[in-house]
Amino acid sequence: MSSEDLLPAPPDVVGFRNVLRAKWQAKPQSHRWAITASLEALLAILLFFVDSSLGYAVVVIAALFWLKRLAPMHRLIVQGALIVLPLAISQNWSLVLMFAIAFPLFWLDHDIRGKLLPFVALLAAVAYPFYQPHLFTIPVFGVWPDVFTGVVMVVFVMMACGLNIVVGYAGLLDLGYVAFYATGAYTAAWFASEQFPGKNLHFGAIGIQHDLPGIHVSLWLLLLAAGLVTAASGVIIGLPTLRLRGDYLAIVTLGFGEILPQVARNGDHLFGNNITNGPNGITPLDSPGFGHGLSQVTGGFLPENYLTCCKAHLLGHAVSSQDVFFWTALVLLVITVFCSLRMRESRLGRAWIAIREDETAAAAMGIPLMRTKTWAYASGAFFGGIAGAYYASFKSATFPGDFFFNISVFILCMVILGGMGNIWGVIIGAAFLSYLDREGLANTGSWINTHVHVASWHPNIDVPLYSSGIYGVIIVLVMLFRPEGLLPSRRRAAEMHEGVHDQPLYDVAHSGEQA
Amino acid sequence: MVAFFIWLAINFVKTPADTTNVFFIGLSNGCVYALVALGYTLVYGILELINFAHGDVFMLGGMISVSIAQSFGLSAGDAMLWPLVVVVLLLSMVACGAINTTIEAVAYRPLRSAPRLAPLITAIGVSFILEDVGLIWKGPNYVNFPDVMPHSNLVSFAGVNVQWDKVIMLSITVPVLLLLLYLVQETRQGKAMRATAQDMDASAIMGIDVNRTISFTFLIAGTLAGAAGLLYSLYFQTVRFDQGFQLGLIAFTAAVLGGIGNLPGAVLGALVIGLIQAFNEGLQWHAPGSDWTQSIVFSILILILVFRPEGLLGERTPEGG
Repeated sequence: MSSEDLLPAPPDVVGFRNVLRAKWQAKPQSHRWAITASLEALLAILLFFVDSSLGYAVVVIAALFWLKRLAPMHRLIVQGALIVLPLAISQNWSLVLMFAIAFPLFWLDHDIRGKLLPFVALLAAVAYPFYQPHLFTIPVFGVWPDVFTGVVMVVFVMMACGLNIVVGYAGLLDLGYVAFYATGAYTAAWFASEQFPGKNLHFGAIGIQHDLPGIHVSLWLLLLAAGLVTAASGVIIGLPTLRLRGDYLAIVTLGFGEILPQVARNGDHLFGNNITNGPNGITPLDSPGFGHGLSQVTGGFLPENYLTCCKAHLLGHAVSSQDVFFWTALVLLVITVFCSLRMRESRLGRAWIAIREDETAAAAMGIPLMRTKTWAYASGAFFGGIAGAYYASFKSATFPGDFFFNISVFILCMVILGGMGNIWGVIIGAAFLSYLDREGLANTGSWINTHVHVASWHPNIDVPLYSSGIYGVIIVLVMLFRPEGLLPSRRRAAEMHEGVHDQPLYDVAHSGEQA
Repeated sequence: MVAFFIWLAINFVKTPADTTNVFFIGLSNGCVYALVALGYTLVYGILELINFAHGDVFMLGGMISVSIAQSFGLSAGDAMLWPLVVVVLLLSMVACGAINTTIEAVAYRPLRSAPRLAPLITAIGVSFILEDVGLIWKGPNYVNFPDVMPHSNLVSFAGVNVQWDKVIMLSITVPVLLLLLYLVQETRQGKAMRATAQDMDASAIMGIDVNRTISFTFLIAGTLAGAAGLLYSLYFQTVRFDQGFQLGLIAFTAAVLGGIGNLPGAVLGALVIGLIQAFNEGLQWHAPGSDWTQSIVFSILILILVFRPEGLLGERTPEGG
């Protein structure tokens, strides 16, 4: 029984989206441009009635796409207009500055831009706490996320990067990623809290009072330990299950993802022992810190303890403990991104991609399937564990209620939306979705409730309540219309669109189209 | 395995009446699981797709039943009660069949030629959407179904009580199952289904309308889910938007336990799971209790997939391992 090679279809119109695209491209170019322009104009006019800045946003986005079709000389003029226009309308310097930085990047040579963009983005992220209070208000979405949300976003981006190794690189669908997150969080919670008051152990826990009961290990060590423990649990879960085929594997991981939180929930009476404190969770957790000595030497640059930090003023900005957590999270994220980029290029990473594309062929080429897959599991789990441990320390708590199946799907949704396999896409998808989850949906909801009305009727929708349905819609739409995600890796996109048909190895008529 | 039966036997010796009662509770739970598990097995058999949304179709079936039952004003003493319940059953089945067929046409059919994980991910998305539909429709709280089941005893012997409601559960489930077996094994359409499940290309060459057959399969699966939705709400008298996901996973485990793609296997698996759950929650001596039900069910699922992926009754397929 096989559904893998069915239904004859010409190779260039495989997939729902390609069929639509083929129909669209069959129209003459003038028609296409006219239709696009009129739709955009209609949308802009409609939105101008709702909120003028919304309409402006549509004009800008439409203009960006039209710019591609213009001659270079005209581009400059339009860009200038786009930079000056918001100044004239809103007199908002931050908006102007953002355009001024973004536009040149947009037109740079592809290769240079690819190298430059990550650094510009990192710079913008590091400086974020400084300029966040001065930023303009985004239409519909409201104010820019605060630094607290920023920490959550970075943590979720880390988790998404970890899952991307499993799902994006190796093509193994993991529906229980939350189990790794939970393992990391509980590892940190056990060894950096007062959960076991009978045992007194302090090891490198700087900035914590020395007479505090319970086990207190330095959080820096714990982050690494959490990563290793989680990676080990990934291996333990992976060894028996990884020989299963894709969808069975998905179900088994889902099973683990459901069992672990239940164990955590019932862990307050496990054979008479209180291990996880049950549904009340473990709280408070220690915060990371560098201790008095290092803090003195660096003149307060490295804080003694993150919670009691900080007295420093930098560039007229009072550094808060959130800021420090944010920067540390960024450091962890940079390490994660660097590792996963290097891993993809390594021998192991190429083996993952080979397995994803064709398991049988990969095995025939001498790739040890089990070992390679287990490595994917372990590395994905490693970053998930670190992110979980760091997040637990940031929130200063772990609750079994944090580890629902929804979170697994939420993280999966980030990877899918951004583009499986492409780390930059995953970062953008994860940052956007976790922002939506923490602030965006609530803001959007209140905007809808205040701005949208038919005559005297106002909607009163609690948008965050429906978040999981919204993610569902995102998943379905992305899978139907752009299965490779918003910013896919080219290789993955080709895979998703070629379907699973027998194709001639070299097709003269269509060669070069996918490259 | 052996330990399980020893544990069961000790329980039976200690509290024979309770154990037998729990056995009947397990059977009637198993009926609901069987109807849902059959939906998973049918769809998996033909498309090799784990239809995550199936549990939520079952949930919608429960909600539809509640709405219709409330508008009919069902009450326990009504002379027309059971004919009306049958009408609700049929309406719920039709509605869920329609929902399931629509889902297939909109969300799965465009992805038929995509890599196999694509429709699976889509199914998770659809499941979340359906859950939200239930949430928007009926709100986040439990919705009550009118309590119309007679709870009096049919047989009462030495502390063993067989209640009417359990008998009714069985007497609705069994005819539905027989009808389904007849449909798949004897009719022309059933033959087309089995052929499509075996080899889609070959059956297309033989003149079978593959798309129609798949739609039909989803229709059948949906009607079963609709029937299960009514039965569940009749029996437990509550419906909530998130019941589908949990029960769906349990039913899927049942389908895997019995051998996925195998219809009698799904029923057997469902009854076994229902019994295990009831024993776990109902027995006195060293039972882990309802806190652990989910973990136990999933442990069974994992163990089966790892050690015997073809299930209790399934055939060993090269892909199954």
